Amino acid sequence: MNHTWRLGILGILAVLFIGLYMFIDIGPYWDYVLPRRAKQVLAIVLVGGAIAFSTVVFQTITNNRILTPSIIGLDALYMLIQTLIVFVFGSMTLVTMNANIHFLMSAGLMVVFASFLFRLLLKREGNHIYFLLLVGIIFGTFFSSISSFMEMIIDPNEFVVIQDQSFASFNNVNEDLLMISIVMLVAVGLYFIRYMKYLDVISLGRDHALNLGVPYDRVVKHLLFIVVLLISISTALVGPITFLGLLVANIAYQFMLTHKHSLIIPGAVLISIASLACAQFLVTRVFTFETTISVIINFLGGVYFIYLLLKENKSW
Amino acid sequence: MVEVKGVTKIYNGKTVVDNVSLTIPKGKITSFIGPNGAGKSTLVSMMSRLLSKDQGEIHIDGMEIGEYKSHDLAKKLSILKQTNHLNIRLSVRDLVSFGRFPYSQGRLTKEDQDAIEQSLAYMELESMQHQYLDQLSGGQRQRAFIAMVLAQDTEYIMLDEPLNNLDMKHSLQIMRVLQRMVDELGKTIVLVIHDINFASCYSDYIVALKDGKVVNQGMKTNIINENVLKEVYDMDIHIETIRGNRIGIYYT
Repeated sequence: MNHTWRLGILGILAVLFIGLYMFIDIGPYWDYVLPRRAKQVLAIVLVGGAIAFSTVVFQTITNNRILTPSIIGLDALYMLIQTLIVFVFGSMTLVTMNANIHFLMSAGLMVVFASFLFRLLLKREGNHIYFLLLVGIIFGTFFSSISSFMEMIIDPNEFVVIQDQSFASFNNVNEDLLMISIVMLVAVGLYFIRYMKYLDVISLGRDHALNLGVPYDRVVKHLLFIVVLLISISTALVGPITFLGLLVANIAYQFMLTHKHSLIIPGAVLISIASLACAQFLVTRVFTFETTISVIINFLGGVYFIYLLLKENKSW
Repeated sequence: MVEVKGVTKIYNGKTVVDNVSLTIPKGKITSFIGPNGAGKSTLVSMMSRLLSKDQGEIHIDGMEIGEYKSHDLAKKLSILKQTNHLNIRLSVRDLVSFGRFPYSQGRLTKEDQDAIEQSLAYMELESMQHQYLDQLSGGQRQRAFIAMVLAQDTEYIMLDEPLNNLDMKHSLQIMRVLQRMVDELGKTIVLVIHDINFASCYSDYIVALKDGKVVNQGMKTNIINENVLKEVYDMDIHIETIRGNRIGIYYT
């Protein structure tokens, strides 16, 4: 079975799950339901694509298959921002806040934080990526601790609002935000094109990449920044969902059986869209909102992660 | 020609390479010898821009390495480090294809394919070109990495301990192929090597380093002698000429 075939199968799966979600239980008011669902599907495609893409790139840069970009602490920062708003201004402010302002503020702060981290840690020569990640973990834990502290002392009713924010949800995506996100993602995509060719070589590691003429430190810095932009946009759009990336990136490696990023990335993006559409279908139609998309993805991801750890002694 | 002028590297206040100047002649094998921690690998890493230098200049064919464009330098000089662990699963052919990246930027042309075939043939890897690297023995894997460097088709090739963890047979195989590369293809090879007898039998020039400084450099006959080696290694090494080669005996 060659690679085009494999991509074709994934494409069919993605379309199938999207179709399931769009058309099952459509009811008599399809002219209201369909555009609404189409918007959610668009969000699934954007977020699924961004998460899969950024995780594959991140794992290539770090040369590690069990890391996700959430390790930099962006998810934790997002939750801290939400908690802080509720803590200082009350949950009404968060709920009634203009969605565009909320989106730009959340995404903006995440990008600012990451840029600050990079500026601080990538100045010096050599391979400081693991050091960067370590500092990221510490910041992430710090952000989470502050969030939990504030959650502990606020009114329990206010806490419910925060908790609601901590689960990614595709049910209430805003039309304007989708447009903004599309524009931003296209811009990031254009920015990425010139670095695309380096990814395969970077997966060999720093020394080999330098030997083969890749301006390694510069390229890696730009790629990391692209990862941060994508994660910030998708997190601000639907909430923290980076765990998904671990799952889909690894399934993509296993399924595509190649080292070429021109095949792995599309594969991962399609798997990501298919699994998000499937999870969204399960949440809305089977569990009728009894659970959240994060729970389903974290459950599947967790099971897969354990499987991965158990068989990591064999390479791939 | 590679000219190293007053190069220094300092790690956390410790001078690892101390004001080293030397010249690597073209079309020859030059070996760097010396005890552990002498700065051999650091020096080679700086000469191949894997590490930055704190002071000094390194000129390759008259131009400072920092002034080269990354992909231009990659067509002139290649480096293979001693540990070559990869996190991805590659076939031998895939690995060798990577050697063409400076030319193809990832899109292999007919010319690239020919170069890949040639280096596979040169390293006698054709029969195992579709095997994965993790299925190969250490010697075969090292040959595959050298084939990649060969496909890169650079005039200068730097190898940091290419015989690391190889048995006698495979070490010999590698050294012979390096010598062929110099004789037949006109390559200039720089080696970091621990076995002074391999250095003595196969290199033209030897640079002896100790504590980050060059103790002595020159034709191998001037370096492989009891006084110089005593100074470098702080031990008595008895030298005998066996079948025209100067062999150090230090096992007992």
